[in-house]
Amino acid sequence: MFPIHIYVGMYFASIYMRCMQEVSSIKTIDAGEITEAVARLCMEANFYLGQDVTDAFKKTLGDEISPTGKEILKQLILNAGIAAENKVPMCQDTGVAVTFLELGQDVQIVGGGLYDAVNEGVRKGYTEGYLRKSLVEHPLLRKNTGDNTPAVIHTKIVPGDSLKITVAPKGGGSENMSAIKMLKPSEGVEGIKKFVMETVKAAGPNPCPPIVVGVGIGGTFEKCALLAKEALLRKLGSLSPVPDIAELEKELLSGINRLGIGPQGLGGKTTALAVHVEIYPCHIASLPVAVNLNCHAARHKEAVI
Amino acid sequence: MPQIRLIRLSTPLTDENVENLRIGQRVLLSGVLYTARDAAHKKLIELLDRGEPLPFDIKGQTIYYAGPSPTKPGQVIGSAGPTTAGRMDIYTPRLLSLGLKGMIGKGKRSPEVIKAIKQFKSVYFTTVGGAAAYISQKSVKCRVLAFPELGPEAIHELYVENFPVIVVNDTLGGDLYDEEIRTYSTLLKSQSY
Repeated sequence: MFPIHIYVGMYFASIYMRCMQEVSSIKTIDAGEITEAVARLCMEANFYLGQDVTDAFKKTLGDEISPTGKEILKQLILNAGIAAENKVPMCQDTGVAVTFLELGQDVQIVGGGLYDAVNEGVRKGYTEGYLRKSLVEHPLLRKNTGDNTPAVIHTKIVPGDSLKITVAPKGGGSENMSAIKMLKPSEGVEGIKKFVMETVKAAGPNPCPPIVVGVGIGGTFEKCALLAKEALLRKLGSLSPVPDIAELEKELLSGINRLGIGPQGLGGKTTALAVHVEIYPCHIASLPVAVNLNCHAARHKEAVI
Repeated sequence: MPQIRLIRLSTPLTDENVENLRIGQRVLLSGVLYTARDAAHKKLIELLDRGEPLPFDIKGQTIYYAGPSPTKPGQVIGSAGPTTAGRMDIYTPRLLSLGLKGMIGKGKRSPEVIKAIKQFKSVYFTTVGGAAAYISQKSVKCRVLAFPELGPEAIHELYVENFPVIVVNDTLGGDLYDEEIRTYSTLLKSQSY
């Protein structure tokens, strides 16, 4: 109906339009913006106790049967108030800056490297916030790096055009009491329960109870440990969307709170504020389980750019 | 159950001071505490091995296992709560044999340390881990005394007033953690709370 060159012209025009659309859907984020966000999150996570933790304290305070335990819970609430008011860290151990990035695949970082930007943010946040520098450069030579870098960074590429940053400063006392075990599939849920309970019992007063327990089940050796860490980022007391796992979380929390360890390990009912379990498919031969313990503070703050 | 009775003590501590303490007692400490944790302990032991003097006279003194956060302008000291004491267990009996009287930290001590506490008449206290912003308000004066190159792990000479601690291990060989956890686990097993 039309001369051929009209069709050819329309074809190229449509390709041009599509390219323009794709170009316009790429969002650029400046590295400097990432640095600022990370610096702010490092400080906020160390100064301000999460509302979910405060709520959990108030709830457990009513349930606690030990007078010493009650006194400790009250002191932790008081401490959170002092830290927030004076903008000082609630705990001197301001931790390793564990940083989770969810990078939209339609994002382009400009003005510097992504990880450099994160580390610069850690350097800035820990310096300007008067946070403790707790990292040593070589694990055996143990010289302090002086600025709390490097961060431990976990990155996921996700659909979309935004960058979600979560900074979760992790203290050494509770991290040291964490454990991982490759169970046999035949050991099943009973094997998992036994290992989690044993880990919490062996930790006793060391991880500064009341603790938050992150459990990873499945995946591979390293995936399982990461699941346990990610479990610590959930809102305290939120249940797994998987029904049998939610049941397991409730059962573990109730079992842990019968161990008698209590606040600071000085006896009582409040040993854990929450147990969060994350799962992932695994090999036919494997049943990996990781238990990542966190102190009561369960520090993490997030931002979306 | 702990005896809720406050005792006030000043550092340095005497044999008599510590012999009268019992697990579970609440004590308000005033005077000087020396902060020291992993790296500082290693250095103290190295000095002893070389036959050199320690940066402070350890007789009767109290070590606070802590690595404070940096001091903000207007503060005496940054946040300074206790760290896990068990990591210092390997160094502790030697320091106790030289007259160290008190230790403040969190978490359990080894059987060797508990034995040495009894043998050399000393005491292990705890204070609330994670309550660092509150605890540091009990400090009135602070200076770096030794090993400044260690940053947060340097030895600080810390003057405190009414610093709240609880006796965990006493000269009778008692262990508050064992006792309280046993009591409450039995209670929680037997009753339907």
